[in-house]
Amino acid sequence: MFANRFITFFLCMAFAPTAVLCGCNSAPKVNEAEVSLKLRSIQTRSYDTTNANNALRVAMATLQDLGFVIDNADADLGTVSATKLDSAATKMTITVRMRGKTQILVRANAQYRLLAVTDPIFYQQFFTAYSKSLFLEAHEVDTAAPGL
Amino acid sequence: MAHLSFFKHIASVGLFYALAGLIGCASDTVPPDALLMKEPTTEIRQRQARRYATTDEKQVIIAAAQLLQDLGFNVDNSEKDLGLLVVSKDRSAVDGGQVAGQIAVAVLFGVRVAVDKQQKIRASVVTSLSADQKAIDVRVTFQRLVWDDRGQLSKLERLDDPEMYQDFYIKLSKALFLEAQEVG
Repeated sequence: MFANRFITFFLCMAFAPTAVLCGCNSAPKVNEAEVSLKLRSIQTRSYDTTNANNALRVAMATLQDLGFVIDNADADLGTVSATKLDSAATKMTITVRMRGKTQILVRANAQYRLLAVTDPIFYQQFFTAYSKSLFLEAHEVDTAAPGL
Repeated sequence: MAHLSFFKHIASVGLFYALAGLIGCASDTVPPDALLMKEPTTEIRQRQARRYATTDEKQVIIAAAQLLQDLGFNVDNSEKDLGLLVVSKDRSAVDGGQVAGQIAVAVLFGVRVAVDKQQKIRASVVTSLSADQKAIDVRVTFQRLVWDDRGQLSKLERLDDPEMYQDFYIKLSKALFLEAQEVG
């Protein structure tokens, strides 16, 4: 009886690392260009304003509202990066650039621990809070449109 | 009987593999509620922000930088055009109680548990012109990362102690020779 239990235990322990590694082994990488086109539209909104500086300031205020601490920002390049520390780290970058003469494009991307955040709900939540602070309505952006 | 025992082995090992595989998979996904963006309460905003009756944003950023230097922080980054200042400091995180606990556990169970050793405190100060364009709003947020004596990250947290924020603004008001108004 004891020998039986010992054999079971031995088999489990001997191959446990293999099983854990198999669990970790992710699916092969799919075509990233295709993913990025879809992801880009999830992460991007356009706004009817030309004040990029204000758009960046509002991005920083929104990120602070959502519990992030700003890591860095560049007014010339139109970027803001921030990190939120809860049980894990979430890092987020916002970029703002002109689209034509009457609009700006705002793009957000995030990572949670070592994973890229691709869930549309996350970005919807961010842009809802951002639009409220900017006092402007967000427009969904067509990924095939020029200038994106 | 021997057959039954053999199947028992197979079943046990199979179940173990399935669980181990699941553990391996678990770290590959984002927990659904981990990214919920909760709207801040007015209370948090009031704690973190103050309004100063000046329109000189640069002066406010300089005063904040000097104050944070007084508090031992180093400036990591700044962007005057956006009213941003990013600072951090590295300090010891050794806690007497935790070390005593570590010794007690080692004596009782013969196991060495990790204790906090080092911490990095980060803060960002963001200034902006108030809606009526007559004052500057300042908002500061603090967070910290703690590493244990094995070099592993043991804690990631936002710092929410009201006294810390109050103390920061009392000192900033003194540096600016201006009285702070609550925002929100």
